[in-house]
Amino acid sequence: MNSWEIVIGLETHVQLATKSKIFSGASTAFGAAANTQASPVDLALPGVLPVLNKGAVECAIRFGLAIGAKVAEKSVFARKNYFYPDLPKGYQISQFELPIVQGGHLDILIGQGEKSVEKRVCLTRAHLEEDAGKSLHEDFHGKTGIDLNRAGTPLLEIVSEPDMRSAEEAVAYAKALHALVRWIGICDGNMQEGSFRCDANVSVHQPGTPLGTRREIKNLNSFRFLKEAIEYEARWQIETLTDGGKIEQATVLFDPATGETRAMRSKEDAHDYRYFPDPDLLPLVVSADWIERERDKLPELPSAKRQRFIRDYGLSAYDAATLTATLEMADYFEATVRVAGSAHAKLCANWVMVDLAARLNRENREILDATVSAAQLGGLVLRIADGTLSNAIGKKVFEALWLGEATSADEMIEAQGLRQITDAGAIEKLVDEALAANPASVAEYRAGKEKAFNALVGQVMKAAKGKANPQQITELLRQKLTAG
Amino acid sequence: MIYSNLKTLSRALKEKQISSVELARLFLDRMARVNPELNAFITVDEEKTYAAAKTADARLADGTAGLLTGIPLAQKDIFCAEGWKTTCGSKMLANFISPYDAAVVTKLEQEAGMVSLGKANMDEFAMGSSNETSFFGAVKNPWDTTCVPGGSSGGSAAAVAAYLAPVATGTDTGGSIRQPAAFCGLSGIKPTYGVVSRYGMIAFASSLDQGGVLAHSAEDCAYVLSAMAGFDARDSTSLQRPQEDYRSRLEEPLRGLKIGLPKEFFGAGANSEVMAAVLAAVEAYKRLGANVVEVALPNSHLSVPAYYVIAPAEASSNLSRFDGVRYGYRAAEYDDLNDMYRKSRAQGFGAEVKRRILIGTYVLSHGYYDAYYLQAQRVRRLIADDFRAAFGQCDVILGPTSPTTAFKLGEKSADPVAMYLSDIYTIAVNLAGLPGLSIPCGFDERGLPIGLQLIGNYFDEARLLSVAHQYQQATDWHSRRPQGF
Repeated sequence: MNSWEIVIGLETHVQLATKSKIFSGASTAFGAAANTQASPVDLALPGVLPVLNKGAVECAIRFGLAIGAKVAEKSVFARKNYFYPDLPKGYQISQFELPIVQGGHLDILIGQGEKSVEKRVCLTRAHLEEDAGKSLHEDFHGKTGIDLNRAGTPLLEIVSEPDMRSAEEAVAYAKALHALVRWIGICDGNMQEGSFRCDANVSVHQPGTPLGTRREIKNLNSFRFLKEAIEYEARWQIETLTDGGKIEQATVLFDPATGETRAMRSKEDAHDYRYFPDPDLLPLVVSADWIERERDKLPELPSAKRQRFIRDYGLSAYDAATLTATLEMADYFEATVRVAGSAHAKLCANWVMVDLAARLNRENREILDATVSAAQLGGLVLRIADGTLSNAIGKKVFEALWLGEATSADEMIEAQGLRQITDAGAIEKLVDEALAANPASVAEYRAGKEKAFNALVGQVMKAAKGKANPQQITELLRQKLTAG
Repeated sequence: MIYSNLKTLSRALKEKQISSVELARLFLDRMARVNPELNAFITVDEEKTYAAAKTADARLADGTAGLLTGIPLAQKDIFCAEGWKTTCGSKMLANFISPYDAAVVTKLEQEAGMVSLGKANMDEFAMGSSNETSFFGAVKNPWDTTCVPGGSSGGSAAAVAAYLAPVATGTDTGGSIRQPAAFCGLSGIKPTYGVVSRYGMIAFASSLDQGGVLAHSAEDCAYVLSAMAGFDARDSTSLQRPQEDYRSRLEEPLRGLKIGLPKEFFGAGANSEVMAAVLAAVEAYKRLGANVVEVALPNSHLSVPAYYVIAPAEASSNLSRFDGVRYGYRAAEYDDLNDMYRKSRAQGFGAEVKRRILIGTYVLSHGYYDAYYLQAQRVRRLIADDFRAAFGQCDVILGPTSPTTAFKLGEKSADPVAMYLSDIYTIAVNLAGLPGLSIPCGFDERGLPIGLQLIGNYFDEARLLSVAHQYQQATDWHSRRPQGF
């Protein structure tokens, strides 16, 4: 039976890039010695009180604006009560009934290349809350250590509607969200350090029937785990149902070592969190003025930039989407275009998306760490576009720039005489020599073997040391072979 | 000297008739003799007290002293004070030494220069109306040591009533300053919610808790409240208002003042001796030129039930941090994490605290929240609306503080509801967030003080203190001393 539909919704915890915690003045910096960044408020000493960090609210407002959501004029902090050693107050301050961000949507691109399609994922809400500390189970000889450095770190929990229909869609959504929160500067996006972590609600059903019972996979901190966990979970649910079993609502954990999910707790032992408005905090009131001030701080958003790239540079939707995957990539591309000229934007796009991306990928680097600057690449593209360099030589120049063997394409062209041979006489001479030297290939071509033609082009290019214009070679060869 | 009011003490210190160290010694010596009988103080640390007194003397010498510099006080053990054991009357915190100062401690001690004589006994986590729920034992009422001093600020009240301290801090969640003030013949004020910072004041019910003062007179209350009140950015419910001198209106005459008498406070609730004394005070006010109008607080009968939903709900959450993990009591033996929580909390909290945690947990539970907690919040709104309407007709509201005078130790400990009803007149004031004070207005035939409650409109503390002060200028109930003290 292959008519199962997978239904996925994500809850994403985004650590906000504020200097201090959401309800105390302690630093949020990662990696400090245990408990050195825990103030009396974070330790939940008797008598301490929370004071809301305005910076965290600003982040939430900017996020709400970026996804076209309603930023609530009034939102309320509530206490979520449960006992755990790394939850010092015995409750987490979160938003429950009235979250600060309500609704909104994120447009994502599903699939690769020009066949990709856009999909709109609706968001339910995003609310502010504090993170818990960490329990340390190693090095304590059977006991558990508590590190409260993370306790009180501001989080924005972003909840999507169950709009995703495959692990690929869920990953595309998570990546788009990851890019957006970094784009608007509210999160450093560091997934290893836990700045961006996803919980996935997964259920399966047959179209036309009611939605299935969902299980929630907790704490997925990489896109790969997200994909593997959802794939495993959906497969497991489908098999269970196909075998006549039932899905029980549960919270599950994904084990990256085995690639499997396993139930952590079932609905029966779910907590009653006894939410109620936190009497230590007044309702959060966000004025229209405040919202406008935050709007002014927002950079051009990915969707607007994408539209502009299509309009101003004549890029395809896919190219525009790829180039706006991150703000760094978009900035790099535009800096390249500034040097090469907008007439050559498409060529710039290809170089950024293909050659540069492949090189970065090979060395597992981010675009900010590219050793070829946007200005250098722009200079290179310019020389390819104006015919000074062939594409093949262009790749060599790129490599030399990457390795730091040259500082610019122009410098290399002068120093190494890389100028493309466009003189028809010179190319004709090379073509004649190639024909004379390879009678076998000529015969094969005439016998109808197209491959032999490519071999002849290769011979000419080799003789030209790659500097001849391939189009001119092709034309001349065809003329000569047809005429001869 | 120990019987002097704050104005006199302040002048004596300024004029070097006595030093702060000498004054502290007078009280500490007296405390050593008297406290064992009363159990008003939980923690005394003479070294710390004398060190603070020396600092105060230095300020008095170099001219940086304020009105209160060098004057001793008792701190209710609910206020965190750096280096002091801060127990909140509980076994749970019996070993807790605070690493920081509450806002009230900073303001009164560090800024105003008052000298702490020690930490006053109190009902455990301020839950009680008799001071009998303290892990450190009951406090005796100086007017009759077989009687309770009231609660939860019972140690503060007994300390001041027995002249072990000229003044004490207290906190009031449902009457915890006013009721012990009434039972011990003192003046006690609970200001408008948000006037005194709650930072460092161990929370019982956050939306109701408010710090205040117990003293021998309204005037003394005004001195201390002026130094205690003020905006604090560390408390999000603290109100941003200009600093106020609550002594400024003390001498204002009462002519033309409109006193509202809520008919609900003059029904069958209070005993006849209390009622007679309160009505006599009304007559005294009339003689001082005040007019009396009847007002209605039709929802006041709902205040005790609403309070006993809201306060336990908040408390159940506020007290979750006492889990034995980071500080405070932890059971000696346990099997696993849940067992540690269970045993530490079962052994660390007393019966009344556990009762309220259970009630609070219940009313917040899924399926009960709307019927209890939300309903109680609606009632709270109605009660506040009643007061708003009443203050349209009068300037202050007058009535009894408590339906009875001090009851016997043990008399109500087995009957929590009877105990809860002891606060029937005071609770509505906390629910509405209004300022209220209690002053003595007579004695019953057993010689126990009777308290008169005055309730003001929001931020009307200065007028409230003035109305009390004018009465105290014309009467002497507040200057009577319990026999033997």
